[in-house]
Amino acid sequence: MATWVWFHKLASPPHIYRIAGRLTLLFTVPGVLALIVGLYGGLVTAPADYQQGDSFRIIYVHAPAAWLSLLCYTAMAIAAAVGLVWRMKVAHAFAAATAPIGASFALVCLVSGSLWGRPMWGTWWVWDARLTSQLVLFFLYLGYMALRHSFDDLSRADRASGVLAVIGLVNVPIIHYSVYWWSTLHQGSTVLRAGGPSMPPSMLVPLLLCFFAYTCCYGALVCVRLRAEVLNRERSPNWLSLNA
Amino acid sequence: MTPRRKRLYALIAIVAGVAVSAAIALKAFNNNMLYFYDPSQVAAGVAPLHKTFRVGGMVTKGSVVRAPGSLEVRFVVTDFQHSVTVSYSGLLPDLFREGQGIIAHGHLKDGMFMADEVLAKHDEKYMPPEVAKSLKPPVARPGAGT
Repeated sequence: MATWVWFHKLASPPHIYRIAGRLTLLFTVPGVLALIVGLYGGLVTAPADYQQGDSFRIIYVHAPAAWLSLLCYTAMAIAAAVGLVWRMKVAHAFAAATAPIGASFALVCLVSGSLWGRPMWGTWWVWDARLTSQLVLFFLYLGYMALRHSFDDLSRADRASGVLAVIGLVNVPIIHYSVYWWSTLHQGSTVLRAGGPSMPPSMLVPLLLCFFAYTCCYGALVCVRLRAEVLNRERSPNWLSLNA
Repeated sequence: MTPRRKRLYALIAIVAGVAVSAAIALKAFNNNMLYFYDPSQVAAGVAPLHKTFRVGGMVTKGSVVRAPGSLEVRFVVTDFQHSVTVSYSGLLPDLFREGQGIIAHGHLKDGMFMADEVLAKHDEKYMPPEVAKSLKPPVARPGAGT
């Protein structure tokens, strides 16, 4: 079936190695540009909030990090599922390359939210459904990485950690809908809400730029990490010289 | 059935099983997942009587009374159906003001809610001060803070 050729080609490590190399720059340039413009717009030119003053500006770091922590997990779980079903090593390599990036975004989200919560809510941390499920997401990333490292045999590590990644996917909709299913201290979504974003364009445009920038930065980072992961797996005397 | 198809079905079965058990578990713990009760639930007797719990709602305009010479403060929290009078002694968060959503932790005593902690709840709306000023009344929006 000719339509699936592109998919089967993705299973080839040298092919992925070349593609990832080309994509790195393609993600880096718009990512860095959007990050500069978006953060400048959010931290400098956007107006202060009527209640929170300048403290609201942490949203330009916090919300995109939260979004990326969910996106990374979904990408990681889908890649792990493809790896498990089709026995595609490159898919497992992609999941393994994504995990530390997603974990970092989850940590940024938790820490920045905590810093905002202290002055605004009056507390660093509460055990409400949103904060708790986000903490579980962070631990899922750590668990995935720890499980991988506990095996000497790479293919067994791939399979065991892959199952964990797929199971943990259940947590992703729980995080997103937690603020609607239960009463939480955390507020509802500002951008992805019924009736459109509850934010004026002067605040929203920099935020959307930051979303875009973070996503591109993830793309660039995962390409670099994926190349390293593929290199490590395929290391042999002449592979690198053939495919550099 | 090819081995690949078998693996696919096994994986789908695992995900479905975990999703169903998570849904059942969350349903069973539904009450514990609620971070706070609203004043209507307190009035209906859903909130526990002899245990500490949290109550959340809007601070009614003009209801904040401070005792002179102390940190003690009393105010009425409402969900626009029922209301609860809260008594609290301590520091209030920056966002605490009349018309703002808050969550208080404490217990009921003779119909009065004795709070030991008051947190401000922020809603998902953001706007510049000029816009907020042109909207009158600025913060009495039903539904916010719940």
